[in-house]
Amino acid sequence: MTRLSPNRRLFPNRLSAAFAREVNGVPRPALITFITAGDPTAAATPAILDALVEGGADIVELGMPFTDPMADGPAIQAANLRSLASGTTTAAIFALARGFRERHPETPLVLMGYANPMTTRGPEWFAQECHKAGVDGVICVDIPPEEDADLGPALRAVGVSLIRLATPTTDAARLPAVLEGSSGFLYYVSVAGITGKQQAQVASVEEAVARLKASSTIPVAVGFGVRTPEQAAAIAAAGADGVVVGSALVDLVAQHGAAAPVAIRDLTRALAEAVHSAR
Amino acid sequence: MTAPAPNSFRTQPDANGHFGQFGGRYVSETLMPLILELEREYTRAKADPAFAAEFEDLLEHYVGRPSPLYYAPRLTEALRQSAAEGLGAQVWFKRDELNHTGAHKINNCIGQILLAMRMGKTRIIAETGAGQHGVATATVCARFGLPCVIYMGAKDVERQQPNVFRMKLLGAEVIPVTSGANTLKDAMNEALRDWVANIHDTFYIIGTAAGPHPYPELVRDFQSVIGKEARAQLLSRTGRLPDLLVAAIGGGSNAIGLFHPFLDDPSVKMLGVEAAGHGLDKEHAASLAGGRPGILHGNKTYLLQDEDGQITEAHSISAGLDYPGIGPEHSWLRDVGRVDYTSVTDTEALDAFQLLCRTEGIIPALEPSHAIAAVAKVAPTMPRDAIILANLCGRGDKDIFTVADALGAKL
Ligand SMILES: Cc1ncc(COP(=O)(O)O)c(C=O)c1O
Repeated sequence: MTRLSPNRRLFPNRLSAAFAREVNGVPRPALITFITAGDPTAAATPAILDALVEGGADIVELGMPFTDPMADGPAIQAANLRSLASGTTTAAIFALARGFRERHPETPLVLMGYANPMTTRGPEWFAQECHKAGVDGVICVDIPPEEDADLGPALRAVGVSLIRLATPTTDAARLPAVLEGSSGFLYYVSVAGITGKQQAQVASVEEAVARLKASSTIPVAVGFGVRTPEQAAAIAAAGADGVVVGSALVDLVAQHGAAAPVAIRDLTRALAEAVHSAR
Repeated sequence: MTAPAPNSFRTQPDANGHFGQFGGRYVSETLMPLILELEREYTRAKADPAFAAEFEDLLEHYVGRPSPLYYAPRLTEALRQSAAEGLGAQVWFKRDELNHTGAHKINNCIGQILLAMRMGKTRIIAETGAGQHGVATATVCARFGLPCVIYMGAKDVERQQPNVFRMKLLGAEVIPVTSGANTLKDAMNEALRDWVANIHDTFYIIGTAAGPHPYPELVRDFQSVIGKEARAQLLSRTGRLPDLLVAAIGGGSNAIGLFHPFLDDPSVKMLGVEAAGHGLDKEHAASLAGGRPGILHGNKTYLLQDEDGQITEAHSISAGLDYPGIGPEHSWLRDVGRVDYTSVTDTEALDAFQLLCRTEGIIPALEPSHAIAAVAKVAPTMPRDAIILANLCGRGDKDIFTVADALGAKL
């Protein structure tokens, strides 16, 4: 594979490119996959990330482990603990991101995690590291628009997208505040709850996505509780611009450890086929 | 780091829930609309005389308030033994250990369950460490007939068996939390996970003056009954204000409840006492002494953490102080220099526990034993006519097994 610098001018916006793909003139929904960095070890992560790209993931989300993952269900909680137990540091996560960017110059990479590890050295430091490593976007679970000053301005200053979450409780009055300062895509959390638990009714997702897309100029991706190709296809068919799958992949890491890439690639491939052909 | 002193120390938080740089609302988007609704409802409740009347009625007839203000003559004398000529301050206690359920925690639970019912919520959840907040929550749930789920770290379930049984007797479901490190912070994570999945009917009664805005404010307001009563009681008994207030700090609710009504009395000094566990250079729970600002459980505050912002485990012999954070108002009061903070080790707290038992015939909880240990250090350095007012925020019944174990006694 050719090595390219993370210079943004070559790929002015990897995230928008990932949502701009078409099949026969019809926009093709994107598959977004999540795994936890350093799970089970930092050494095992590059091969898992490569398997996601080889399997056809359009966007890769890399979870930053945290001791207190309040928004996560048992699968991702356990992944966080496995990663931290093996000694994963923030420096190691940025090294993984840089390696990914060198190997996969076109695949968007998004860091997802919690406020404290992201802001502990100051938001500017974090934003600079993201920029230098070729990270395209950041999802921070526990910084709502009300506390944007802790992360948003620093990310925007270096051109890294702040990807915000919208939920079933985000009403019409709040939505503009959520969208303000968001870029890349809007992440619709389809169930009021934690990761990896129940699945949302497709009808409710369809209604929510339509409502969000009416107000949003950025793509809308849907996640939480999507595990199988059938579910992913149904969400994509319901109008989502992207479908996020996390816990099901993290479960494969838990099951297979460092040998997970094969199973990860197979599931990703099935998910990608289902999502890409859903419309 | 000392910021310029404001005109009043009692006007925090600001409209966004910030105490200076601390506090705030660091929660997931799912919870945000609910937190805003809670804030609106609390604002309405504060302006509603019927809410205040019901709160006060329950405090008087159910909790047993006002709690006594007690001058401790034999403790005062004992501490004067080691004082130089003319030194050895008078020690007074605010007796919140005499409240129904044995600690200050019930003050807050009464306030919050009234809010929950105003909001039409029909299910209550809470986290607990020592079990005191869990017992107080289970108690108000029984009193008002609401189902109650208590999250408690599996480690704490083991070391606080009597309180676990109390909660069950009161009809609560106690869920041992085995995620993370199995202690209070993990119980709080699990309660937040429950809440986010059950927002339509569930109210989360947070047990200390921490969490996302408006919790630190409303818990402080409900606990301020301690300081308001103490201020009036001491004035009427002695005609003067105390020279020093002392209170133990886990999350900081009993301390802020005592301190807040005195914050604008410049002659009143205040001392918050964190748990130094095995020592500040070893495992401890002193977030101000050994932590730095960060974001956890909905607020920005001093936290025990490593250089990557991973939260580190706290340790204290007192399960109620065993938490790696502190309420945001304390972080602010420390940075602006209005309140002093110190810390006391497990061993010092155990000594103070025994000292109070033998001098005053009062068995304190291990949490206020930390405050008593700090009193024992400072009283001999203050003039004999100075008044120290310490918060005796809990009784020690729940701790006798822990203390027996620490002292090598067999029960
Ligand atoms: C008797 C008693 N005091 C103090 C505390 C610590 O909490 P806070 O600092 O909020 O008063 C607890 C907590 O369980 C307690 O039970």
